[in-house]
Amino acid sequence: MSASWHLPETASQTAGPFLHIGLYPQAAGLDIRTQERPNIVAGPGVTGERIRIEGQVLDGTGSPIKDALVELWQANADGRYAHPADPDGASTSENFRGFGRAVTDFATGLWWFETIKPGVVPARAGTPAMAPHLTFWIVARGINVGLHTRLYFADEAEANAADPVLSLVEQEARRRTLIAERSDEGELPVYRFDIRLQGEGETVFFDI
Amino acid sequence: MANPSEDWTSPFQPRDRAMHPPALSPGYKTSVLRSPRQPLISLGPTLSELTGPVFTSEDLDPLDNDLLANAAETGDPLGERLIVHGRVTDGAGRPVPHSLVELWQCNAAGRYRHVRDGYRAPIDPNFSGFGRCLTDADGHYRFRTIKPGPYPWRNRANDWRPAHIHFSLFGPAFATRLVTQMYFDGDPLIPHCPILGSVSDKGAIERLVAPLDLDASQPFDCLAYRFDIVLRGRRQTWFENRPEGG
Repeated sequence: MSASWHLPETASQTAGPFLHIGLYPQAAGLDIRTQERPNIVAGPGVTGERIRIEGQVLDGTGSPIKDALVELWQANADGRYAHPADPDGASTSENFRGFGRAVTDFATGLWWFETIKPGVVPARAGTPAMAPHLTFWIVARGINVGLHTRLYFADEAEANAADPVLSLVEQEARRRTLIAERSDEGELPVYRFDIRLQGEGETVFFDI
Repeated sequence: MANPSEDWTSPFQPRDRAMHPPALSPGYKTSVLRSPRQPLISLGPTLSELTGPVFTSEDLDPLDNDLLANAAETGDPLGERLIVHGRVTDGAGRPVPHSLVELWQCNAAGRYRHVRDGYRAPIDPNFSGFGRCLTDADGHYRFRTIKPGPYPWRNRANDWRPAHIHFSLFGPAFATRLVTQMYFDGDPLIPHCPILGSVSDKGAIERLVAPLDLDASQPFDCLAYRFDIVLRGRRQTWFENRPEGG
């Protein structure tokens, strides 16, 4: 095929400060979808260890961003995705889509999800096995192209050591920006994951 | 629901960053402290990016794509009544079917219905600026809305956004996730906008500017603008040299 029918991707533009209207209307103060809890990724019936993920998105001065949106995409407890590209894909009848949205609190900058810990993603469809992880996508005012990153779990050291994506990150110090520490002091295990856009400890972002 | 001709496990073409604004665009001041300075790490295809959330009509309410009606309390919203429509395709021109499109915008006076917007222009009690729909089997989407107004914003002392509508697209996988903005042909603020101006490729800017589409307008009711959107395509491999859908 000639290259002439190749159409360039539409240019990204920032989601701006008012992204809540379209993506999380209740946070904008709108009386739309107010019963939905997009940051509760797994309801009580979903198989797996229930966990809480929380953090802030920090700018180049280390200050929390108050107007960001964080999206989460993950496999289920068996490491299967509810999507046709996964040949062993999870059924949506399991009531687990694996997708969540959170917005940073206007006062504290904190975002959080409640979900289940995903399993090891087995190798299939020509793609490698991976340690349990969550995929994140971050947009905000001042972010021109949405940023992709991943959270890995500190208590999965053995699987992390063999993970083909973590091993792409040459510097050990940078690899650590993707690993969330676990705390068992609350009602649910909590993994803290701060996303640093710039400066010391800048989070690894991926060109996926 | 799934597109039967989709080659789900084919990897995507790398994103052509020359078609996008750089993370650091000094004319858009907020980007200065919110732009990563380390190189992005390129991934080979993994199942985490080849997959992505699947949405269905059960995720939508019947008026979600009709902003003229979905927040109407006492009557129609104020402003120019519009149809905004277009087609979502991949880089090869193939439709992106049954895919979630989300939209948000300010009202005709340039005010967002948002707790954090303090612009002096008035709220329209009949307009929220919230819209959602799924593309049809051929990748088409369609909204009814009003034309958003321009508004001032804190960047340089006298910066104004051209009229624009924000779009959010999922496409077939998390790798195709995109947010963008649609602008209106003929808007005199377009050449002055530092956000649009952060895109260096002229063609890429022109493709964000929607032309008037008189044929799609509804006489004595709504004008129409057409905004086609291209998401990342999959890598072309030798065995894909075959008729579309084959």
